[in-house]
Amino acid sequence: MSEAVTPLNGARFEGLATIEDAGLTGMITLRGDLASKEVKDAVQKAVGLDIPAQRQAVSGQGSAVLWMSPDELLLICAYDSVSQTIATLEEALKGQHFLAVNVSDARTYLHLSGAGARETLAKLCPVDLSEAAFTPGMFRRTRMAQVPAAFWLDEAGTFHLICFRSVADYAFNLLKTAALPGGEVEIYG
Amino acid sequence: MSTRLAKTGRLVDHNRAIAFTFNGKRLKGHPGDTLASALLANDQMLVGRSFKYHRPRGIVASGAEEPNALVGLGEGTRFEPNQRVTTTELFDGLTCISQNHWPSLDFDIGAVNTAFARFLPAGFYYKTFIHPRPFWKHVYEPFIRQSAGLGKASNPGDPDRYEHFYYFCDVLVVGGGVAGLQAAVTAAEAGSKVMLIEQTAHWGGRAPVDGGEVDGQPVADWVDATIAKLQGMPNVTLRNRCMGAGVYDHGYALGYERVADHTPGSDAPRHRLWRIRAGQIVTATGAIERPLSFAGNDIPGVMLASAVRDYAVDFGVSIGDRTVVVTNNDDAYRTAITLKQLGLEIPVILDARQSGGGALADEARALGIRVENGKGIAKVKGGKRVEGVAICAQAGEGAVLEEIKCDAVAMSGGWSPVVHLWSHCGGKLIWDEAHAHFRPDPANPPKGANGEGFVIPAGAANGAGDLASVVRDAHEAGQAAAKAMGHKPKGKAPEASTSEEAPMQPVWLMPQGAGIKLRMKSWLDYQNDVKVSDVQLAAREGYESVEHAKRYTTLGMATDQGKLSNINGLAILSDALSQPIPQTGTTTFRPPYTPISLSSIAGEAKGEIFQPIRKTPMHGWHEANGADFEPVGQWRRPYCFPKGEEGRHEAVNREIKQTRASLALLDASTLGKIIVKGPDAGRFMDMLYTNMMSTLKPGRCRYGLMCNENGFLMDDGVVARLDEDTFLVHTTTGGADVIHGHMEDWLQCEWWDWKVYTANVTEQYAQIGVAGPNSRKVIEKLTGDDISADALTFMGWTEITVAGIPARVFRISFAGELSFELSVPASHGRALWDALLEAGEEYGVTPYGTEGMHVMRAEKGFIMIGDETDGTVIPQDLNMDWAISKKKEDYLGKRAQEREHMADPNRWKLVGLETLEGEVLPDGAYATAPGTNANGQRNTQGRVTSTYHSPTLGRGIAMGLVHHGPDRMGEVLEFPKVDGGIVKAKIVDPIFYDKDGEKQNV
Repeated sequence: MSEAVTPLNGARFEGLATIEDAGLTGMITLRGDLASKEVKDAVQKAVGLDIPAQRQAVSGQGSAVLWMSPDELLLICAYDSVSQTIATLEEALKGQHFLAVNVSDARTYLHLSGAGARETLAKLCPVDLSEAAFTPGMFRRTRMAQVPAAFWLDEAGTFHLICFRSVADYAFNLLKTAALPGGEVEIYG
Repeated sequence: MSTRLAKTGRLVDHNRAIAFTFNGKRLKGHPGDTLASALLANDQMLVGRSFKYHRPRGIVASGAEEPNALVGLGEGTRFEPNQRVTTTELFDGLTCISQNHWPSLDFDIGAVNTAFARFLPAGFYYKTFIHPRPFWKHVYEPFIRQSAGLGKASNPGDPDRYEHFYYFCDVLVVGGGVAGLQAAVTAAEAGSKVMLIEQTAHWGGRAPVDGGEVDGQPVADWVDATIAKLQGMPNVTLRNRCMGAGVYDHGYALGYERVADHTPGSDAPRHRLWRIRAGQIVTATGAIERPLSFAGNDIPGVMLASAVRDYAVDFGVSIGDRTVVVTNNDDAYRTAITLKQLGLEIPVILDARQSGGGALADEARALGIRVENGKGIAKVKGGKRVEGVAICAQAGEGAVLEEIKCDAVAMSGGWSPVVHLWSHCGGKLIWDEAHAHFRPDPANPPKGANGEGFVIPAGAANGAGDLASVVRDAHEAGQAAAKAMGHKPKGKAPEASTSEEAPMQPVWLMPQGAGIKLRMKSWLDYQNDVKVSDVQLAAREGYESVEHAKRYTTLGMATDQGKLSNINGLAILSDALSQPIPQTGTTTFRPPYTPISLSSIAGEAKGEIFQPIRKTPMHGWHEANGADFEPVGQWRRPYCFPKGEEGRHEAVNREIKQTRASLALLDASTLGKIIVKGPDAGRFMDMLYTNMMSTLKPGRCRYGLMCNENGFLMDDGVVARLDEDTFLVHTTTGGADVIHGHMEDWLQCEWWDWKVYTANVTEQYAQIGVAGPNSRKVIEKLTGDDISADALTFMGWTEITVAGIPARVFRISFAGELSFELSVPASHGRALWDALLEAGEEYGVTPYGTEGMHVMRAEKGFIMIGDETDGTVIPQDLNMDWAISKKKEDYLGKRAQEREHMADPNRWKLVGLETLEGEVLPDGAYATAPGTNANGQRNTQGRVTSTYHSPTLGRGIAMGLVHHGPDRMGEVLEFPKVDGGIVKAKIVDPIFYDKDGEKQNV
């Protein structure tokens, strides 16, 4: 089989923040009754994590569960284990009303790190990115300039950002421009 | 003449010189200068010409309110017109030119207008250029356009970058003067997250110029100490060179930060637009001094008294050796005292008040300055600069009592609080009789979502007078803001100096009985040349509303938006209408406070990130192989792939011929793909589509139509049933997001109890159309799975592995040939595309674009959403009754389609159109019918919806909607062309090619 390639193919930029293609990553949209025991157990079985609260992300080792809406989660796992993970979900949720679908290739996934990461994002997204307001474990679906985007922050201070695959170039160039040296706002970090 | 003083200038560095040019003249200034102070230090009194009469114009003010001194700043791609010299920081190498003059600033031909001023009164243009009507477009407008406009347009290719910044705080304080600093300290000490912004490069506002003490120390020291204190607080953000531009609903405010205007060419963004969401907004925006209306008050050298003081103290610049001060209040005495103490001459202070001034007047007299009470200026002598003044009694009509030589006039008509930001979002004003100004009405603030006010005025912006009341008022504002955010304010306001001033006296015209000759030389709006006589004329002609009078006279419509002229103008209007000022009211204050750059609004959106361009996984190949792209929504899709010298038309023809003859590939990745799953999915699909979808078997595909609830066709596409519970909906490219939204709308709002989930997986898959007689062969080369005619029948789908990639293959056809669509994970899309090209080489494979696709579907008589439909077309119009289920009880649009007008047999219906001569019908052309309609227009009986040259048939083909079309086969219709000719076309069956579908069924 041919080798799968991400739209940014490993692109990286170092400026006020470091922006890098996070590489192939498994992503599964799971819709269902998030309050139900069945969904909770299924998610545990599939990725070993709890269901996050509203606007939160629960992260594990190479895996995460992101709160997308009152009835939708995004599960993050290894790219190669998506089929297996979906199979686990389908097995665990047999007889339930749910939807689990592979969206790994529908998105571009970026890591944003370094001292200027908060300011870089705050130039593009209408989100309070102060350290007091946006803390590790938070997840936000929002707008990044002219495209939809979502991001969460891990304990190490790295932002994980996803947006649609078709606008990968736009998203990368946006972040790059926002992180150009000279653009320090000197307000965070 | 104006010149540099040796000893003062607290903001400039006398030890360093920097060079700049004005109209090509090389001049020198100091770091810390504004362009205004540097020009004045070089005795450049004349800086521009007014808009209408081309009168000589000099600097009037020292800040954002400046109406006159606008220049074209910079060169080449960095050139920018209408830049205020008073708010432009001087930098080394600055170049600027004056505006609105020809051939030169000193000698201007347009100034002849001033001689005809009495023929150019208010409303002149409206009155003169109305008749004869046709003259407007061809004579008047070109002429007026040439003489109108201020400055030259900037040049394309702005090299700078711009950005936005989203910020959130509890309390936004606008204005870094004493009031703003105090309000910020109070709110911050209470625990609020505070942002303090100041439009200039300096903190403290004009307090350091005016003097006084706060908290037992000179106010300038208190400012420094307070800034240091605020800088040390983690909950405070300070930003200078950042103007509060506008206040909007829900505590939203714009801050316009001029990051690098003073350091052009640096790697910093030039402007940053702060998009601030604040809980409370404190407007500590200060006050603006008003001019006095006397004859010749526009001659260069006549300035606001406060500005004269600012230039002396802040920049060490004197406007003249002999300055006459004219005032209706005590504050202007400070200017006289300051200048006198610097050793300059004050020939006289003309105080319009019969009773004169208070303690400051006594101080002036003690310094030996002559003070004349009850006197004013009858007229200013001079042309391009002040030469002297004629003195008169304020109470009289302007009889000259005495003439005094001078080279500057410092005027003060009182102070108006800057209420703009308070007013932007609906804050109301009250008229303060004692100070003759409008100030914020505390009972009517702009209100937020909770019905409470979210803007709090502070200090001079709230009408506070001396330093003590400013500090007290600001402290209270800070407390109120913190309290509103749930914080506990503490502490008391620091003590500050009080000053006992005699009451001011409103003076709207000087002298109060000035005759028409003087009134015609008494300027209200300097930039737009509106005089006292113009406003009075407007009132006489019936313009009683202040908004109408503004537009009729153009008062306050210049780039300064009437910061100096509005109050004086509406006082004159009130007087002319014999009504109190509050009854006249003010014009509307709209953001931005002063003009902000359009680039700052665009932010980062320029160049490669001007807008998002959506790209399929094969986009890179298309680019590398010469694709001629067309925009489809935000996607760029190849229109065709021209080879060598080939034009578009030849390329499209070649691609079509190759498809029909052998093999071609289409990048169909942009098609919408939506998963619909759940126990009620079948029921939901039956409601969405006009035809029956619930009976579709897994492994099969069905074409369907989707209508909105008004019955109109909104989308079409092929549905594949994945399993018992799951459908895969294909939408048009443009419909992907819309249809997904449409589905969620119905599921969330109407059928919330149906068990259906949807997911938009459009971008998960790369989709490739493989079309042509050799399409099966090429796929078979890449797969071991059985896709033979028996195994995979027409309108079937299955899962296969192709080129090692897991894929869904749909046997569907839009081109009318044997064809397949292969759907693979997007990350493998390019690999499959490459593999198909390689495998297809032996069949002469070619990629084809959207135009080839369109032509081929038209040859087959397939409709296209957006061509055959335009939001007013129902499936029945397109003879698609076959796709409308008769068995279903309901579907979206069913009832609408049963309404009388929808069921009317007279609706235009789809037919094919075959031109008699083989030419191509013009797109959108109408078929004429005999007679004319009620408007005298030709009657019509049909229109062209799609039209192409068919390379397959070697002639033009078209589809159209025609009255009773399907019953009129063989009839010839006439379609007039835009250029006058007529194209004749015969009504035929819309299927031009392979009517029985034999090509696709092999």
